[in-house]
Amino acid sequence: MSRKLTNQQRRKILIGGATVASSPFWFNIAKAQSAPIKIGFPTPLTGPFSAEAQDQARAADLAIKEFNEAGGFNGRKAELLVRDDKLNPGEAATRTLELIEKDKVDYVVGSLSAATQLSINAVCKERKVIFNSISQSDAINEVKDWSIYTFHEALNPTMTAGAVARYAIPRFGKKIVFLTADYAYGHEMVRAFERAGKKMGATTLADIRHPLGAADYSAFLPRIKALNPDILVLCNFGRDLVNSAKQCTDFGLKNSMKIVTPVLLYTARQAGGPEAFEGIMGGTSYYWGLEDRIPSAKIFNDRFRKAYGGAVPSDYGALGYSGIRSILQAIKNAKSTDTPKVITALEQLKYDWYKGPEYYRKCDHQAVQSVILIDSKSKNMNDKYDVFNILQIDPISEENMRSCAELGFKV
Amino acid sequence: MTGLTLDLLCMQMLTGIALGSIYALLALGLCLIFGMLTVVNFAHGAFFMVGAFLGVFFLGLTGNFWFSLLLVPLITGVMGLFTERFLVRPMYGRGIDYPLLLTFGLSYVLIELTRIIFGIEGMPSITPAGLTGSVNVGFGYFPKYRLFLILATAVIILCIWLFIQKTRYGLIIKAGSRDQEILKVLGVDIAKVWLIVFAVGTAIAGLSGILASPTRSVNPEMGIPILAESFVVTVVGGMGSPVGAVVAGLLVGIVYSMTSLFAPELAELSIFVLMAVVLIIRPQGLFGKAGLMG
Repeated sequence: MSRKLTNQQRRKILIGGATVASSPFWFNIAKAQSAPIKIGFPTPLTGPFSAEAQDQARAADLAIKEFNEAGGFNGRKAELLVRDDKLNPGEAATRTLELIEKDKVDYVVGSLSAATQLSINAVCKERKVIFNSISQSDAINEVKDWSIYTFHEALNPTMTAGAVARYAIPRFGKKIVFLTADYAYGHEMVRAFERAGKKMGATTLADIRHPLGAADYSAFLPRIKALNPDILVLCNFGRDLVNSAKQCTDFGLKNSMKIVTPVLLYTARQAGGPEAFEGIMGGTSYYWGLEDRIPSAKIFNDRFRKAYGGAVPSDYGALGYSGIRSILQAIKNAKSTDTPKVITALEQLKYDWYKGPEYYRKCDHQAVQSVILIDSKSKNMNDKYDVFNILQIDPISEENMRSCAELGFKV
Repeated sequence: MTGLTLDLLCMQMLTGIALGSIYALLALGLCLIFGMLTVVNFAHGAFFMVGAFLGVFFLGLTGNFWFSLLLVPLITGVMGLFTERFLVRPMYGRGIDYPLLLTFGLSYVLIELTRIIFGIEGMPSITPAGLTGSVNVGFGYFPKYRLFLILATAVIILCIWLFIQKTRYGLIIKAGSRDQEILKVLGVDIAKVWLIVFAVGTAIAGLSGILASPTRSVNPEMGIPILAESFVVTVVGGMGSPVGAVVAGLLVGIVYSMTSLFAPELAELSIFVLMAVVLIIRPQGLFGKAGLMG
């Protein structure tokens, strides 16, 4: 018998195959197994915090790739959907809503401002979607804004400004002037620094507030010089920090006072250069130089270097990585992508992704973690990444955080 | 406020003048273009930003600030030539809003191009050697570079004034801003004058950019807020009045600086309050002629 198929037979087989392949039944099974786990990632890719935001997205992508290379979860891969929130709370809410409604994301990680994270949080809270915030805020821990879906991977001003105050006040003096960006995060940093300073007898000579995103600070500086404080605290972020540090240096403020900042940013130091930041000390959630003493930091840095042509991750970049990794690990631990199960798994998670041990505090889901105290190098730098000295590591401790009762939780 | 001394007031004044210098220069460029072409150049802030980027770029390349200071206005001036000839010129005779929208669009194109070429993060600016640090001015220490900025602005403004008052082209520009019809009848190629005025305006914007760069961070969005402030200055000074632009520029700088001393939160607002007050008392601005926008 001839094995040759007639054209008609061949056509029947093809149609049959196509029918089976496209049947709804078959399709659904395939989809359940291969539909990606989608994580929405709103962050201000453009605007004054763009350098930090870009690095967040890069490091987040690394966590996604690692998860996928390890086989994903039950054959399902993870997918990152990065959106530009333009540092605008309204835009952030719209992008988040779009991510949830249109793109059908399962979880949201991201944000880079106290204000935008609150608006993202409000949307996620209403839609019952887990949101792991990777930007600093005190308000997000408070019972008013918080929900069971809220996690806070980043440090908060109480932790970081507190650690800087505890380091700086005994060493440099008790008379304090603040130069503060006039928005929620700036105010929170002042409050936290004062809270820690009060116990050590520090006094505030002035809290000078500048508009967010101001290009020129020179008009504020003669008064600061005349006030003659021991410590000037720059409570601002991103380009504001670069500009104010540079102009404080130009006006010779460093000759008569110590300049500190609750969050001494890696990206700001890179953009501002060594002279502008010379001698400025501050806190950070992460500096790549931790790799000498913390094995997980070494592993994370090496992966980042390999993926991005030898570059090292920044502080906020590392948070993007950590924020995503926690959620993906929780899915594996929970053996499910269901939101309530993932929440429970996150609450039980003890992790060390990049900076030593961390866990989410039960009452407010704040990541309990160390604060790294650093100062800026201006000499003896090995390469362009070598910008900070690690002065001290403020160990993990719930004592330095506001208590659950203080935040309004029933205990 | 406690601790208010004469030294502090003087210092605050000087800071305001340094701030005002940049406003005055930028507004001067805007107002030359407006006075002659009746074009409200919304891309002025973008040319300022381009000037700053090119300045830092050439400074990094050559290590010579003074060379960059010459080269940058030439480049932004040539960019201005092309902008006028190929983009703005077809809009003449169509109402004031056409070139306004066009230059508004152009500013976005320039910002986006800068992001593509130099990256979104911006570049660290460099203070030229010899002008770093601060110097005792009698009532306190003031950054050397900002003193240079005040001086450089004064020289540039003087040159522009001499150009307008003492040269043939200056005379044509002055005449052109009064009555262009007569100028045409007299056989002056008015299109060429427009071309040059636009280029001079954008050259000044680029020059302000490189001059301002050592005092602030250089990033693609740096021209946006300063454009708004420059418009405040031109409105306060009077649209199309070069003297007004310079006086109002310094005035706005000083008002901003003084408000920062007494009520830092209101500093940003203060210049708009100044504008509102001037507009109520003298709608055409301090040195402006009425009815220019009609």
